[in-house]
Amino acid sequence: MGLDGLARLHGLFAAYKPPGLKWKHLRDTVELQLLKGLNAGKRPASEHRVRFLLGPVEGSEEKELTLTATSVPTLIDHPLVRGPAFTSLKIGMGHRLDAQASGVLVLGVGRGRRLLTDMYNAHLTKDYTVHGLLGKATDDFCEDGRLVEKTTYDHVTREKLERILSLIQGSHQKALVMYSNVDLQTQEAYEMAVSGVLRPMNKSPMLVTGIRCLQFAPPEFLLEVQCMHETQKQLRRLVHEIGLELKSTAVCTQVRRTRDGFFTLDDALLRTQWDLPSIQDAIQSAAPRVAAELENNLRPGLGTQPFSPGWPWDSEGPSSALGLESHAGH
Amino acid sequence: MAMLAQQIPRWLNSIKLSSFLTAMQLRKCFPRAGKTLLPGFFAQPQLSSDDCFLRSGFKTYRTSSVWNGSQFTNSSSQEIKCAPNTLLPSVNEPSQKIPSFDSELSLEGLDDLPPLSPLQPISEEEAVQIIADPALPPSSFTLRDYVDHSETLKKLVLLGVDLSKIEKHPDAANLLLRLDFEKDIKQILLFLKDLGIEDNQLGTFLTKNYAIFSEDLENLKTRVAYLLSKNFSKVDIAQMVRNAPFLLSFSVERLDNRLGFFQKELELSVKKTRDLVIRLPRLLTGSLEPVKENMKVYRLELGFKHNEIQHMITKIPKMLTASKRKVTETFDYVHNVMCIPHHIIVKFPQVFNSRLFKVKERHLFLAYLGRAQYDPGKPNYISLDKLVSVPDEIFCEEMAKASVQDFEKFLKTL
Repeated sequence: MGLDGLARLHGLFAAYKPPGLKWKHLRDTVELQLLKGLNAGKRPASEHRVRFLLGPVEGSEEKELTLTATSVPTLIDHPLVRGPAFTSLKIGMGHRLDAQASGVLVLGVGRGRRLLTDMYNAHLTKDYTVHGLLGKATDDFCEDGRLVEKTTYDHVTREKLERILSLIQGSHQKALVMYSNVDLQTQEAYEMAVSGVLRPMNKSPMLVTGIRCLQFAPPEFLLEVQCMHETQKQLRRLVHEIGLELKSTAVCTQVRRTRDGFFTLDDALLRTQWDLPSIQDAIQSAAPRVAAELENNLRPGLGTQPFSPGWPWDSEGPSSALGLESHAGH
Repeated sequence: MAMLAQQIPRWLNSIKLSSFLTAMQLRKCFPRAGKTLLPGFFAQPQLSSDDCFLRSGFKTYRTSSVWNGSQFTNSSSQEIKCAPNTLLPSVNEPSQKIPSFDSELSLEGLDDLPPLSPLQPISEEEAVQIIADPALPPSSFTLRDYVDHSETLKKLVLLGVDLSKIEKHPDAANLLLRLDFEKDIKQILLFLKDLGIEDNQLGTFLTKNYAIFSEDLENLKTRVAYLLSKNFSKVDIAQMVRNAPFLLSFSVERLDNRLGFFQKELELSVKKTRDLVIRLPRLLTGSLEPVKENMKVYRLELGFKHNEIQHMITKIPKMLTASKRKVTETFDYVHNVMCIPHHIIVKFPQVFNSRLFKVKERHLFLAYLGRAQYDPGKPNYISLDKLVSVPDEIFCEEMAKASVQDFEKFLKTL
């Protein structure tokens, strides 16, 4: 363990942040667990040191003294004197999640922190599942906020919802093209747009590249949103605005990130897996994929893969990221 | 006296700063520089424990800047530790000669000596006898530099005391460096062994409560006698001291006050109070304000009756010192979301001892599967204590009747 444990601890991995936990606490917990694992190994400690001492010359009869090298016991390297080998680790955080949101959270350890910057600069999209509740409006768009308004929602149907969603998608598509700073009249730009690679490669406001309704059971509904440069609060505001467009009101009950770039729910480590061996394995297994994707995305042009992996537009049914049938949140 | 100053470091290296010397003693030794610079020369120093050797040794010299400023400002920063002056020679050098030392030196010889230059050629034998070990640093932030030169520290390490934790408290480290193992420390260790603390437990005890060395042995004995008079058995006292190392550093009045407080506040019988204190001795060493507040919270905010609180506390003493916020959050979830009434919570106070996220995750999984039945009257009842205390595999198998992978998949949908 120890040093070779540390050698395998450079890279990116994804953790699943449960709701109610602040991202900083998660980072600190992961750091503590990794330190515990690294310090558990035995450290080679020398129990002797060499000193040059005066001693009588062998074979001489006079009392002549000369320096000889002798190995004397020492306590300098004793574990109780030296202390633990590792006292801190450098762990970086990818795109943050606020306390009430949950989902995939990318962390970088050691040299992997540089890859975090590369991931940020690749401007990949993220997938969210957003649960909404019709019938009330609150000040912070969450279910437990201060109630502002209550409305009826009997008139809301799935068609109306989907019409509004497509309106939203259309307007965001226009914004996408605008913020990408390309002239759509050129052939290259057109081909990029057609293959779905077009996106802004610098700062922009939140852009929704895809939104659809997975389940509609009034008063609850479930949306899947694919977006970039977002914050979770903006997603909740989106739900609120959808409610307003439907001539009713809505609050957001759950925001869950299912994909961040190329890290999906399957790669995310649960709380019980936040320890040294699992994180090392996760880093090792993610490393080739990370390298390939980052190389692709940082190279501009048509050779790049579509940045929204696996969302075929015309396939029906819930996405694979959902896993189980999602239950009513509370 | 520049060259004198240059000679001094080499000379000092040889004696390893191992004792307190007056200026005149230093001075007199100078002419015999070659042959008498042997370590182990100051075998059993009779020392005053006030001054650092270096400070007094150098007072009379206008020394070079190398030795000047650093070690004399003892009061300035936290990091400075004076070189220990209770050192015995660190290395067994039985073959060394210990020359007789004339202790009646006077200051008169100070100005008469011919100056020795480092460029002066000396014979091979003299050269061999100059021992130039690296000097002990006059001040350090770690005890690693001194551990090989101090018998006290060596014996403490072999006992199991964690010096890397003690060196974070500079006062404690300075204290340990100055103490003599035979005189002070041994008596207290023997006292602790009498009390019933085993050899292998002494290390952890001393790492926490290093200040016990500055306590008077008589006081410690009085406190143990007081506890015995309150009908705590010897075994109990040993257990209490092990779990709460600072217990013996509290005076008899303080201990009395605390025991009295718990008796009055909790209104338990004498025997039950005693059992409570033996189980959680840090009640006696910690602050009393959180306990008072927690009692009020349980009674007024959470609505438990006094006998219910007494029952819960005798089962889980930690509830008295638990954080108020966590207790209220846990109770809020268990009572309002899981809809468990008071009398069942009283039967299983272990919920207050477990992490809230665990309770939440397991309850949500059971609710999803439709097995969240906490009413003992109905079938498929799941008891609260099993809900929180069993490990994940057993929980999934027996209570949820699902696999651990299903539980993990469910957790990823929360």
